[in-house]
Amino acid sequence: MIRRAAVAVVAPALAIVLALAISSLFLLLAGVSPAEAYSSMWSYGTQSDSLVSTVNRAIPLYISALAVALGFKMGLFNIGVEGQYRIAAVVSAGLGAKLSLPGPLHVGAILVIAVVVGMMWVLIPAVLRITRGVHEVIATIMMNAISFGITAWLLTGPLQGKTSGTSLILGTDRLPASAHFPNLNRLVELFGVELRRGSNLDGFLIIAVLLGIGYHLLVNKTRFGYELRATGYNPIATRVAGVNSNATILKTLLLSGGVAGLIGMAYLLGSSPYRYDTGFPQQYGFTGIAVALLGRNHPVGIAFGALLFGFMDRSSQILDLHNIPKEIVVIMQGVIVISVVIAYELVRRYRQIQEEKAVSREPVMAGVEAASS
Amino acid sequence: MSLAEPSLPSGTTETVTPRRAVAPLRRLQEMPARQRAFVYAIGAILLLSLTRVLSDAHQLTSPGTSGAALRLAVPLGMAALGGVFSERAGVVNIGLEGMMILGTWFGAWGAWQFGPWQGIALGILGGAIGGLIHAIATVSFGVDQIISGVAINILGLGVARYLSVITYTAGTGGGATQSPQITQKISTVNLPFFAGGELLGWKSPNILGWLDRQDWFFVSDVGGLLQGLTSNLSLVTVLAMVLFPASTWLLWKTRFGLRLRSVGENPTAAESLGIAVYRVKYVAVVISGAFAGLGGAYLSLVASNIYREGQTNGRGFIGLAAMIFGNWKPYGAAVGSGLFGFADALQLRNAKAVHALLLLVAMVALVFAIKALLEGRLRQGLFSLLAAIVFGLWYLTSEEVPSQFTSFTPHVVTLLVLAFATQRLRPPAKVGEPYRRGEAH
Repeated sequence: MIRRAAVAVVAPALAIVLALAISSLFLLLAGVSPAEAYSSMWSYGTQSDSLVSTVNRAIPLYISALAVALGFKMGLFNIGVEGQYRIAAVVSAGLGAKLSLPGPLHVGAILVIAVVVGMMWVLIPAVLRITRGVHEVIATIMMNAISFGITAWLLTGPLQGKTSGTSLILGTDRLPASAHFPNLNRLVELFGVELRRGSNLDGFLIIAVLLGIGYHLLVNKTRFGYELRATGYNPIATRVAGVNSNATILKTLLLSGGVAGLIGMAYLLGSSPYRYDTGFPQQYGFTGIAVALLGRNHPVGIAFGALLFGFMDRSSQILDLHNIPKEIVVIMQGVIVISVVIAYELVRRYRQIQEEKAVSREPVMAGVEAASS
Repeated sequence: MSLAEPSLPSGTTETVTPRRAVAPLRRLQEMPARQRAFVYAIGAILLLSLTRVLSDAHQLTSPGTSGAALRLAVPLGMAALGGVFSERAGVVNIGLEGMMILGTWFGAWGAWQFGPWQGIALGILGGAIGGLIHAIATVSFGVDQIISGVAINILGLGVARYLSVITYTAGTGGGATQSPQITQKISTVNLPFFAGGELLGWKSPNILGWLDRQDWFFVSDVGGLLQGLTSNLSLVTVLAMVLFPASTWLLWKTRFGLRLRSVGENPTAAESLGIAVYRVKYVAVVISGAFAGLGGAYLSLVASNIYREGQTNGRGFIGLAAMIFGNWKPYGAAVGSGLFGFADALQLRNAKAVHALLLLVAMVALVFAIKALLEGRLRQGLFSLLAAIVFGLWYLTSEEVPSQFTSFTPHVVTLLVLAFATQRLRPPAKVGEPYRRGEAH
């Protein structure tokens, strides 16, 4: 048990060390002292305001990683999370602004629209996979590009909001106050932390936590979760055992797409300008893949991964003040992804060798014992 | 994770046996591939000229359009060729996009520092480094190939951004998101006799240009299209065009090519025959990155004269799509890239021509429908017929197509190809599967 826990920690730790080392090389290339860069990131990132911001940044990454992890659990790679959340966000923002409902209902309606659109966007790859055997990686990559195109078109046409005179930024109409998600500032103040004006703890944190719990229960405590994991371990054996693999693929991808639909909601419902415009945050879907890998598809592991990435994003904001390019963080994140999978693979190989050694020792020991007794 | 589904999809009852076809179709089926391609090309241009006449969109076959299509197709084609090399050796390369980004950045930087050809060389090198990382992760460490590709895409973006910030500082004319203008260009040539190229200082006649001006149905269209493909060619474009036959030769006529493909089809057998599987895979993936890098350098040095963030704009993925469209073969990839480049060129040049494209799609779908019905494939025939009607109605009832729609035409085409022609596609047998040396028994 302790060894398993050690393995779970060793690989990501190795990856982070490697990422720091490679980033240091890049920093030296720019004539910057890595120690100075990291220490200023650390001291800025651990301020209370920054910690709140870290959590806020981690929320969409966490949800995105859950969506990716659902697929990973059964050996499916939903690389289309990026496209799914963006089209879900623009449609739910556009339609949500046209609705007029009382508070909680309005929020609920927008969330439902987002989930449904996310599911619809993954439906085509799911059906292609089941009926035509088209690999979901290729299909979801294609759907990503289609999503970006349609999103751009929706903003210039059907869902375009009234522009406010001077603003040249295209976007949907603003959501009315009834569709705003309450923040959790009270909770922060309960801990005796004073928040700066304009700084909020996103209320969507609650949804993220609920999704994490739901993910754990679904994957580990239900029959469907069992079939899902079994298919991931050994698809052929599972099919022979009578599990309808097509139905499992369809359900898993739909769930993944539905969760993906929620990624953009923390920002849309929780922060100004309460609309989808051309400045809406991007890349959550791709970063989510990295976070899911870092957290090994485990709900708690993913939470740590999301917080780490959120922390890196936030703390890098200080670097510009020191004339250090904050883009170093993207390099760090890329290196972490590639080195974490390599590290897991090395640990796996190491354990395999250990097990093989243990197995090869056993019969000899048994023989010795038999002889001595 | 394998890109090739081992079993036929359940739920379909289609058989693979060839169907009885009517005489002319059967003759077409029995033709050698090269002749058949020629017939298809003639048919495509016929449809194109017919569309031009019917819709009065002269841009469809103008030299300007085909020239632009070529310039837009080359980066896609290079990415697609990169995909062919990597996947033929059994390594999925989703990281083409990231390698291409490295190509755009290093290409522009090299040209800014040293000169345009050095820029091209550095762009190739930048992409090759991306390929090397992919090879280390997937071949030596057996990491999931798709994950490694995703990581390289993130990495390529980050490295290009970071390097821009530190090199294109104030005073260089560039900035965090773009390089300075590259003033020196690589020279261009015209084909002698056909497009009025110079031959030892003598200006040869421009036959294709003359044809283009005659306004004869079909003949002038061919003239216009070919003139665009033969005039004002950057030397890098010529190089890129040569790389397709060269790759075909390398992959199918040399010992190295045979080894590369055998590693993608059956690495265990290849290893038992004494082939150094790891080394072949390494070489293939590095070549793949080099191609993507060349495509990237082309974007920043030939198609434009500056590096800009987001310049690749998903072209690595479209290249991947072109490779699938082309059935993992260089010439097929060239056709795919040409098609996607053509759609892109129309979008850039003329809204009316894009609208006319709807009519073209309707007619192509109609031809497909007739062919499928004659061959007895009822379901596909009816679907194509429906598509023909939908696009025909769309053409008749609308004035223009939103420009955003053409941006994802390649992706829709790829999904359709995957959905309706999966039986004809044949990816390398072991693509996507990690292979460990010495594990076979």
